Amino acid sequence: MDLLLNFLPAIIIIVVMFGITMIAALYSTYGERKVAAYLQDRHGPNRAGPGGLLQPLADGVKMFLKEEIIPVASNKFLFILGPSIAMTCALMTGVVLPWGDKFTLFGRTFNLQATDLNIGVLYVFAVVSVSVYGIMIGGWASNNKWSLMGAIRASSQIISYELSMGLSIIALLMVTGTLSFREIVLQQHGGILHWNFIAQPLGFLIFLICAFAECNRAPFDLAECETELVGGYHTEYSSMKLGFFLFAEYINMFISSAVMSALFFGGFNFPGMDFLAEKGLDANWITLIGTAGYFLKIIFFIFFFMWVRWTIPRFRYDQLMNLGWKSLIPIALLNLAITAAVMVIRHSNNFGF
Amino acid sequence: MLQSLFYFLSFTSIFLACMVVFAKNPVHSVLYLILTFFTIAGHYLILNAQFLALVHVVVYAGAIMVLFLFVIMLLNLNAETEPRQSMLMKFAGTIAGGCLMLVLIAVFSKANALPAAHEVNSQIGLIKNLGKILYTDYIMPFEVASILFLIAMIGAVILAKREPKAAI
Repeated sequence: MDLLLNFLPAIIIIVVMFGITMIAALYSTYGERKVAAYLQDRHGPNRAGPGGLLQPLADGVKMFLKEEIIPVASNKFLFILGPSIAMTCALMTGVVLPWGDKFTLFGRTFNLQATDLNIGVLYVFAVVSVSVYGIMIGGWASNNKWSLMGAIRASSQIISYELSMGLSIIALLMVTGTLSFREIVLQQHGGILHWNFIAQPLGFLIFLICAFAECNRAPFDLAECETELVGGYHTEYSSMKLGFFLFAEYINMFISSAVMSALFFGGFNFPGMDFLAEKGLDANWITLIGTAGYFLKIIFFIFFFMWVRWTIPRFRYDQLMNLGWKSLIPIALLNLAITAAVMVIRHSNNFGF
Repeated sequence: MLQSLFYFLSFTSIFLACMVVFAKNPVHSVLYLILTFFTIAGHYLILNAQFLALVHVVVYAGAIMVLFLFVIMLLNLNAETEPRQSMLMKFAGTIAGGCLMLVLIAVFSKANALPAAHEVNSQIGLIKNLGKILYTDYIMPFEVASILFLIAMIGAVILAKREPKAAI
């Protein structure tokens, strides 16, 4: 019984987060269409429900009811495995993210976080690097040249940008000295000036660019470049298997926004946190406001993803590779060296200042 | 509990490793190899080496095997294009492999369990302890290994650059 009580908060948080992630991804599709519409001076979806709010549900039902086609020449098992891996990996990352501070309920205090791994950042990297297989296997199993090209583009892009992403994170880890998401967020307590993007502006910029590439989002959506590759790696997919691929992309966007807000923008910290605590506001309320603030930051980043998608045209593939290997990695290495030098100077008195 | 987990992981990793060899389709072989790496990461986890487990997944399952998969997918190997192996080669391979197995079994069945050289800290696999040891006691081998990697990287770049432009 006691064991169950210990695990119960984690289980509840996992279930709630699963729901929120799904809803966030569902409404990201709606948000994307609305943002695109406003940027292009249109109305966007406005028929289903008030302001088109039920459009995602209609889309979902449509996805489920469409005819399921598995190409004859495809490898059936791998064809189904591809989107399943993409979806599973997309949903796995949310476990280590800190959604809120301490919360007290029925005399028990627990963190609004499913589990706090002491290597949480690395865990996210591991899951991201495995999620490449969803696209690769799906693209290959379709037995279609466009799909294969799309899959290869997507995965080489993801592994190339993973390098500079990792380097930018290493610079951040030098500053924080921990791989645990919770500790990184708690270190940023105490106003905007303590948030990591102040200390690591270059690192944040690199991380942001790499996040676009990792999610296969415009301007780096070469994997599904219609003019060159028909539909990219999901050319042969139909019905909910296509839905899973598209859904995984939106979930990845949500998760990378969450990772970015936690690592660089203070996570559940918000300006005026200590002021409210001094005024005697209940700690639970502060936690809830913090969680709401965290979600606001996430929504802002999701909006930013969409904003960029409908503003900047797509890169050419060689430009993409040149940017990744010849610009971002050297800049990330430079950032790493500068950070290391500053850390040495700050932490040792041997230099006399 | 831990022991049964160990046996489960060991049997699955051996089974999957065998499947790497027996699978007819090279892409399936690579996928089995990836699963084998996951079971090995599981072994690291029950040894309380979480850092090693995740790095293993990132590096081997996530990066190296992707490149393997790349090459094999682009070659598009299948039964028709595969060169036929002569019977003699198969026999030679079987005999050589069998001899190796015989030697290994002979060696390991006679081997005594070695006692631990000194007390092993069960928390050594945690990232904090591992980092401290790597950067204090083992700083020299660690740095030498990283220089070796750097040299290998530069070598790979030079080899790739030597290709004339006509190749594209």
